[in-house]
Amino acid sequence: MFELIAFYTFSILTIGMFCIVVFSKNALYAMSALAGGMIFISGFFFLLEAEFLGVVQIIVYSGAVMALYAFGMMFFDTTRDVKENINNKKILYTLSILSAILIVVILCAPIFSANIEAIYPAKLEGVGNVQMIGLVLFTKYLIPFELAAVMLLVAMISGIVLVSKRMDANLTEDEQEHIEGETI
Amino acid sequence: MEKYLYIALFAPLVGSLVAALFAQSAKNYFVGIFTSVLIFISFLSSMLLLGYVGEGVVVHVKMFDWIGAGNIEIPFGFIVDQISVIMMVTVTLVSTIVHIYSIGYMDHDKSFNRFFSYLSAFVFSMMILVMSDNFVGLFIGWEGVGLCSWLLIGFWYHKESASWAANEAFIMNRIADLGMLLGLFLIYWQIGSLQYDVVFANIENLNPTIVTWIGIFLFIGAMGKSAQFPLHTWLADAMEGPTPVSALIHAATMVTAGVYLVVRASDIYTLIPDVGFFIASLGAFVAVFAASMALVNRDLKRIIAYSTLSQLGYMFVAGGLGAYWIALFHLMTHAFFKSLLFLGAGNVMHAMNDELDIKKMGGLYKVMKPTAILMSIASVALAGIYPLAGFFSKDKILEVAFDSGAYFLWFALFIGAGLTAFYSFRLVMLVFFGEKNYEKYGVHPHEAKPFMLYALTPLALLAIIAGMFEHSFKEFTTQILRDYEFSLDHSVAIMLILATSVVAIGGILFAIYKYKNGGFSESIEKLPIFQLLKNQYYIPKFYEVAITKPFALASKFMWKNIDLRVVDATVDAIASIIYSTGQKARLVHNGNLSTMLRLMVVGLVVLLILVILFRP
Amino acid sequence: MITLTHYLILSGILFSIGLVGLMRRKNLLMLFFSTEILLNAVNIGFAAVSKFYGDLSGQIFAFFIIAVAASEVAVGLGLLVLWYKKTGSINLDSLAMMKG
Repeated sequence: MFELIAFYTFSILTIGMFCIVVFSKNALYAMSALAGGMIFISGFFFLLEAEFLGVVQIIVYSGAVMALYAFGMMFFDTTRDVKENINNKKILYTLSILSAILIVVILCAPIFSANIEAIYPAKLEGVGNVQMIGLVLFTKYLIPFELAAVMLLVAMISGIVLVSKRMDANLTEDEQEHIEGETI
Repeated sequence: MEKYLYIALFAPLVGSLVAALFAQSAKNYFVGIFTSVLIFISFLSSMLLLGYVGEGVVVHVKMFDWIGAGNIEIPFGFIVDQISVIMMVTVTLVSTIVHIYSIGYMDHDKSFNRFFSYLSAFVFSMMILVMSDNFVGLFIGWEGVGLCSWLLIGFWYHKESASWAANEAFIMNRIADLGMLLGLFLIYWQIGSLQYDVVFANIENLNPTIVTWIGIFLFIGAMGKSAQFPLHTWLADAMEGPTPVSALIHAATMVTAGVYLVVRASDIYTLIPDVGFFIASLGAFVAVFAASMALVNRDLKRIIAYSTLSQLGYMFVAGGLGAYWIALFHLMTHAFFKSLLFLGAGNVMHAMNDELDIKKMGGLYKVMKPTAILMSIASVALAGIYPLAGFFSKDKILEVAFDSGAYFLWFALFIGAGLTAFYSFRLVMLVFFGEKNYEKYGVHPHEAKPFMLYALTPLALLAIIAGMFEHSFKEFTTQILRDYEFSLDHSVAIMLILATSVVAIGGILFAIYKYKNGGFSESIEKLPIFQLLKNQYYIPKFYEVAITKPFALASKFMWKNIDLRVVDATVDAIASIIYSTGQKARLVHNGNLSTMLRLMVVGLVVLLILVILFRP
Repeated sequence: MITLTHYLILSGILFSIGLVGLMRRKNLLMLFFSTEILLNAVNIGFAAVSKFYGDLSGQIFAFFIIAVAASEVAVGLGLLVLWYKKTGSINLDSLAMMKG
């Protein structure tokens, strides 16, 4: 009963929030709604006994990504709305509704391999979800994990390089000039 | 022994490739000498192999697997047996002399290096042809010599007549090669192998009709290469090439490849005597036919070319009647004296500044004594006078014809012998004796370089003495070839020899007598028969009218109507459809990310529909 | 009782909302938001499958998707800022250099 209530509440909240994101004219509203929606999604994770994922969701999305967006938006003139002239609305909505129906139909269809066997059982006696993820992540998925780490590093460096003022100049050189300028 | 085999085979290739490196650079004597030395090495190896084979050893090597696809298994193998070693020695010997001679002959030519590259490549191809142990290798060599012949006939490609002659030779050979290829397919289809030993071991078990067809198809190939009627016209036109080429390719080696094929496939032809008799008849016909054309021609090299044609006819008579070793023997002796004759003609041409009309020569004996003697020896050998080489081989062929009961063939050959003697000495007389007509044209003849003459002496020597080896040659080759059993009385044979000798000497004496006294009167040229012979029986004309021109017309029609209207139009239509679709489709590509995303979603929808429709 | 289907349908609805945003919005920043919605919709599906089949792989995948999303935001936002500096606009219609 509790699960039922929680599921529907969160569903309505998430769908509402995301609708605001998609339909709102104001970028600031959209961003706030997105952050809200993310947190509600983490609610689903907790419902699904994926506590680790829920926590990561809150930290990464609501914390890091949203902060990044917030900082990014400071670069743009958010007070001036981007003029969005949407043409061919009919096509747009037909497509959207069609794809929604199709996806739902496919997802409702009986799943082909219902008797799937778990390779990494989610639950063991006396082992929590976080511990279990750690076990799997650092044994079976070690290499993807390391690759993901490298990918994040690359993304970080590229983010820095892209946004820093002079892309063509060497970063360290730039710094040296700066220091010299200060001493003089 | 394998070592010598590989040396004999690949030395010409090395020479050719090295010479090819210098092909674009200026004349370099090194190229000529280097290739000559390599051919000579090849000759020495062939001689050593001859010694080994003489002891009864057949060298058979498999270099590597060449074609292996499904059931077909063709190794790159070589065999040196009694037949191929004779061919190897003949080819390399004549090639060596021609190479050395060419150093002098091509002295003033700016494409000196290129010439040697081609010439050595030809020798290599010829060696592949004779040494291969299967029909495919033979075919490769066959095509290789065809290619080199094309390159060398068209060596002076800036002359239109030369490139025309080269193309004619190439196309005629292609027509014949189709026949040969069909023969090979038939053999493979019926026997499942193209190795000589396998084919000859199993050929008897085949349906006689099939064997007949195989024999006919293979002989069509031989007809093209050996320029037999009706594919003979290319040989006379091939004289556009440099004279050493005519001597090597169009007298001594390549054109005899057809005879070699018949001899090599003797196991097939003995099973089908009817086809053999047809070959012999055609050979006899060509022997007279070509000799008659040689009677009236005024072109120095063409006369010798027709003579070659005629002698090839003799070889086919021997081959067709089953006297394979005699065919091979005549092939060898003919190679010696005919190349000598050609190279001598080369000297004369040089002396006369490339003048070819023998009516414009005369009295050259005084300035070109050695050449005159060499060419006379060759002519006597060609006419078949005892004790020179031609006598032994040619008389044997006549004996075979008589012995087989084919008196008509014998008679044709008998006439041919008389004609041969006459035209050879007509040539000698008109060129070397009589009035000095060249003075009227302001030519100052000079003898060729000494080393060129020295190079010719081995050929002259062989033209004289080669006939003496008849018995050892017979013993040697009949180890694998069927012997021809003579049933003729000794006295009859003697009579035949006497008759032939009489007609040959008669021809010679008639020619000497007639041309000593100023030759025939002008009125003879008015005779219809003279015109007929002069125009080569109107066969080239006939080919032009009946084949070339209608073909050109048909080609033009095809080009205007089929190619331009159908093929081109189709291609253009395809192009324009694609072009217009592109024009329309570029609207999609308007660079707007929003549109692209929408298209992406359309794609997604389509995929989802497909998932629903085709779900497992 | 909430079944797997409920979650999957929710996931599908959220995904469709993301698609609508993707097609409708012309603001580049909004496009990024829409992609985040798409990714999260899928994450829910993964987590649900993981739960109902008792297999941890779904959660691990969701985890990796979060990592990918994070790096995508870092790089994408960097490019976006650069683009804004260069043209002074983040309107999609102004971004048509690839017009064929």
